[in-house]
Amino acid sequence: MNPFTFVRAVSVENALLLHKDHAAGKYLGGGTNLVDLMRETIEHPDTLIDVSQLSGAIEEQANGGLFIGAAARNTAVSEHRLVRTRYPALARAILAGASPQIRNMASVAGNLLQRTRCTYFYDDASHCNKRIPGQGCDAIDGFHHNHAILGTSPACIATHPSDMCVALAALDATVHLRGGKGERTVPITEFHRLPGDHPDIETVLEPGELITAISLPRMPFATHSTYRKVRERSSYAFALVSVAAALDVQNGLVNDIRLALGGVAHKPWRAFKAEAMLKGKPATEANFRAAAEAELAAATPLRDNAYKVELACRTITTVLNELRGESA
Amino acid sequence: MQFVVNGKPIQADFDSRTSLLDFLRDHLHLSGSKKGCDQGACGACTVLVDNQRILSCLALAVQYESRSITTVEGLAANEALHPLQQAFIDHDGFQCGYCTPGQLCSAIGLAEELSRGVPSHVTADLTAHSIAPSHDELRERMSGNLCRCGAYNGIIDAITEVYAGTAAGAAK
Repeated sequence: MNPFTFVRAVSVENALLLHKDHAAGKYLGGGTNLVDLMRETIEHPDTLIDVSQLSGAIEEQANGGLFIGAAARNTAVSEHRLVRTRYPALARAILAGASPQIRNMASVAGNLLQRTRCTYFYDDASHCNKRIPGQGCDAIDGFHHNHAILGTSPACIATHPSDMCVALAALDATVHLRGGKGERTVPITEFHRLPGDHPDIETVLEPGELITAISLPRMPFATHSTYRKVRERSSYAFALVSVAAALDVQNGLVNDIRLALGGVAHKPWRAFKAEAMLKGKPATEANFRAAAEAELAAATPLRDNAYKVELACRTITTVLNELRGESA
Repeated sequence: MQFVVNGKPIQADFDSRTSLLDFLRDHLHLSGSKKGCDQGACGACTVLVDNQRILSCLALAVQYESRSITTVEGLAANEALHPLQQAFIDHDGFQCGYCTPGQLCSAIGLAEELSRGVPSHVTADLTAHSIAPSHDELRERMSGNLCRCGAYNGIIDAITEVYAGTAAGAAK
């Protein structure tokens, strides 16, 4: 790990000023990913600006939505009564990720900004365009059974590792940012980038910009939402495929639906195509399956990860079937 | 910088790169907390900070200034073992013992979370105010602590004996 200066931000304004003074610095949340990446010399900020003491308040908004301060710990979000009752997919997604110890440390903003667990990204004896732009990608011809099948590029097939972000994508979350040019908001579905030619640039954050909060809109039918994670052991493992979904069935028809996938792309993958196909249609298993297949039609699987296409289709169909039972 | 470690105030200065685990082991010579993987995969370094279980290997010590840290060395009251320590002995909750300090601290943190009503991945009813510490709940909640000797059944039996009555109170 390279030497660095540690400073603690006492406010959002203070954090922005500290970053202005230390442009090669990074904001530090719970440290569960960044500390590890620094130890592996993948990240080498000259300053760490601790923002873990900034607001982590979780508050209901006047419009019926929910506002979650960026420093809220993952555990705090998953145990919050409004999250558990109104947005169960979010509580379930967080509880499916990492371990209790890590969820006690990790912040909401840090969860958004965690980096891929692609083994070639971590291994500095391998070529990786995300670690060193232009170097090439050893995963494409290597061990890639757990890599992406949607939205990939010839430069990168890494996946985003977060469970929480998949639920946030399904629940229409908004990311609140503060930077040198002031405040702005970005829909979570537009916050992370697809790899393209620059897999090293993972989000739309400007240099020095700070995530201050996440908000969830009022979504009454999200009481019928859930998160299903398929992994290689029953706990404490990253997703092969995961599905976050909310479903509103009225008179046997899909009145409204939100669907997102994890473990399949460089970002949490909102299944807009499947949603559009299902809206207004009979809530039948055959229609769920057809919509899943339509969403996955764009998949570009490689030698060892083609199983994810069928796995995603089956998981989507199963989850929607279960939610139909709840919602009807 | 000031810390409270196992109830005692500590004053220390160190390189900002020092993990909480290395601070405890190398600077304070509290070698109970173990360095298994040093990358957040095994749980052997689990300690309690303000009663919450965390991984000390992924924690920078500077970030925990003025916090109250409890390690396995702080569990026994004088010569009397913590009830969970005795239960681990009674139920063969370890063989080589390397993961045991982390398992103990983790289980104590688990009990605090249960009493608060924190749900888990296997909690069927997320809206429940009270969650019973069933076998499946305990296995899931201890899944961040690996035991390569495979003493898992004894570990769960020990935790069950001590915390069987710890169903959750009112959640927030």
